[in-house]
Amino acid sequence: MIAAEDTSGSSRRFNLAAWLSRYGTLLAFLLLIAFNVIATPNFLSLQTLNVNLTQVATIVIVAVGMTLVIATGGIDLSVGSLMAIAGALAPMILLGTIASTTNPLLVLPLAFIVPLVVAGLLGWFNGFLVTHYSIQPIVATLVLFTAGRGIAQVMTNGNLQVFKNPPFQFVALGHVFGIPTQVLIMIVVVAAAAFLVKGTALGRQILAVGGNEKAARLSGIPAKRVKRFVYVISGVLAGLAGLIVVARNSASDANLVGLGMELDAIAAVAVGGTLLTGGRANIIGTLLGACVIQLVRYTLLANGVPDAAALVVKAALIVVAVYIQQSADRT
Amino acid sequence: MQESSHSNIVAALIPRSNLQLARLCVITVVFALLIFGALRYDNFLSSYNILSFLRYNSMFMLIALGMALVIMTGGIDLSVGGTAAMTSVVAALLSPYGWPAGLLGGMAAGLVVGIVNGLVVTRLRIQPFIATLAAMLATYGMALLLSGNQSVSASYDTAFVSIGQDDFLGFPIPAWIAIACYVVGWIALERHPVGRRILAVGDGEATAKLMGLKVGRTLLGVYATSGLLAGLAGVILAAQFGAGQPTEGVGWELFAISSVVVGGTLLSGGVGSIGATLAGAILLAMVFNILNFENGLGVISLSAYWQSVIRGAFLLVVVILQAKLMNGRSTR
Repeated sequence: MIAAEDTSGSSRRFNLAAWLSRYGTLLAFLLLIAFNVIATPNFLSLQTLNVNLTQVATIVIVAVGMTLVIATGGIDLSVGSLMAIAGALAPMILLGTIASTTNPLLVLPLAFIVPLVVAGLLGWFNGFLVTHYSIQPIVATLVLFTAGRGIAQVMTNGNLQVFKNPPFQFVALGHVFGIPTQVLIMIVVVAAAAFLVKGTALGRQILAVGGNEKAARLSGIPAKRVKRFVYVISGVLAGLAGLIVVARNSASDANLVGLGMELDAIAAVAVGGTLLTGGRANIIGTLLGACVIQLVRYTLLANGVPDAAALVVKAALIVVAVYIQQSADRT
Repeated sequence: MQESSHSNIVAALIPRSNLQLARLCVITVVFALLIFGALRYDNFLSSYNILSFLRYNSMFMLIALGMALVIMTGGIDLSVGGTAAMTSVVAALLSPYGWPAGLLGGMAAGLVVGIVNGLVVTRLRIQPFIATLAAMLATYGMALLLSGNQSVSASYDTAFVSIGQDDFLGFPIPAWIAIACYVVGWIALERHPVGRRILAVGDGEATAKLMGLKVGRTLLGVYATSGLLAGLAGVILAAQFGAGQPTEGVGWELFAISSVVVGGTLLSGGVGSIGATLAGAILLAMVFNILNFENGLGVISLSAYWQSVIRGAFLLVVVILQAKLMNGRSTR
């Protein structure tokens, strides 16, 4: 009797945990908005929305790639360094440092294509280390984390590259139908990734590889190819984020572009409800997770709390979010 | 009887021989670099270079030691850089009250972070990567809050700065501290039951628990140790530069992880060596030292930015070699 009561009681409690794990991020997001509407002056303005969305856009773009990598049971520490490389390459092409031409018809497409291809290739290299040598993803991507920023610094000699190229900078400063381009890019990336996960066989394969790689391989899934694919995607998206950052700043500083981005992205993924153990990918959750982290920071700053204290709150937020996820997962 | 014990010894040696080979590689490379440096540069083996090398790099050796212990249990500690930044501020703030206050205060602050990490990992059962990532953010936040967003001068009225700047018996005090910690660490791992316990937990927590080992306490212990050592590194940082540095320590955790990996310790836990970790830390630090000398020769001029490229390349070569050795073992 007592035992039966116990289990029903605990199952009810676990249901709460399960509910929180599914809707907790959304709930936190809505609560934060409600709090801000009441407490923060001028919160409901287009400017606030734009400031927050543009700050979160690059994090979300990178975090979407990170979500896919984490879904396969991996991790990608190199994203910040790849951003720096892509962010260093684009201005070099635009300024004619590499190709010694500034013909806009030639330079403009190259300034997009070359950095993205390079970032994708470096992502492939990460995936190659992980699949071919069976190196743990943390260690494999640590290589490019260490070397990547150095490569970007060596390419630019550590100098700040200042440039002005309105067509290129449209990716960050432009608007389409009144929406900032970078926010639009973010939405497209999120939608495409969500479709990939939910609506395609490849998405199923990514989850299968992360859930149980051996079983996935035995059932005929090309596990290694799937893994390399997610690292390539993560690399390309990091490159894209790097382009947006330098376009936004009209300048590229290899020492700073993407610095610490891997941690922001991983935090967004964790808060968004994708477990680091793999087998799951909650793309919308990642979007919400990044928004919650950004909104917490904005809320604290707007209400006079110093940025340093916001870091402490962010840390607590990550622990609480992951704790809720894991409690739900143990049922 | 004799035969079976003999075969036991052989069995105990064979599975890890590839790892031992990997460690031997690292130590060989360190000596090769030493000989290369000694032959190529005039003052490479001068006491000035050696002592300043040890003085500066002892901080990194300390955090690498803590990281090695954590990684042997299959965990990771991303918070060491933030912890060192925070404890450097704490130590600098306490330094006017005498060097023991600064030293013990900084160490205590590091210990607290380590214990919190250990509790979050063992009680809340949050993955070490996430738990210590959060701790990293929190410690940087605390460092900035305590210091008011700027570096905090340490007191020169007390003997505090001697901890980082002075010598004892002709040897830098930070190096003495690092050596003492490594000796204790080596004894703990190789000559004390606690070492077996750490490796057993890393080999498999469930098995270790079934064997009756106190897994939670072991994990708490290694995270606390890592925090304590990071705290000590922060004290040395503050003493050496005469100021608590709230924004220092960025990337230290990855340097420490690299040292451990280069030292042949697997990130999956269960194996590891203190001596090879030290060799790994020295190897990565020596890359920078040699780069400086090479530039001093004036034949080539590589900017300081090359050091991370070269470190990354080293890391790449080492992990590929290790992977080949390990994969060779598994298909044996």
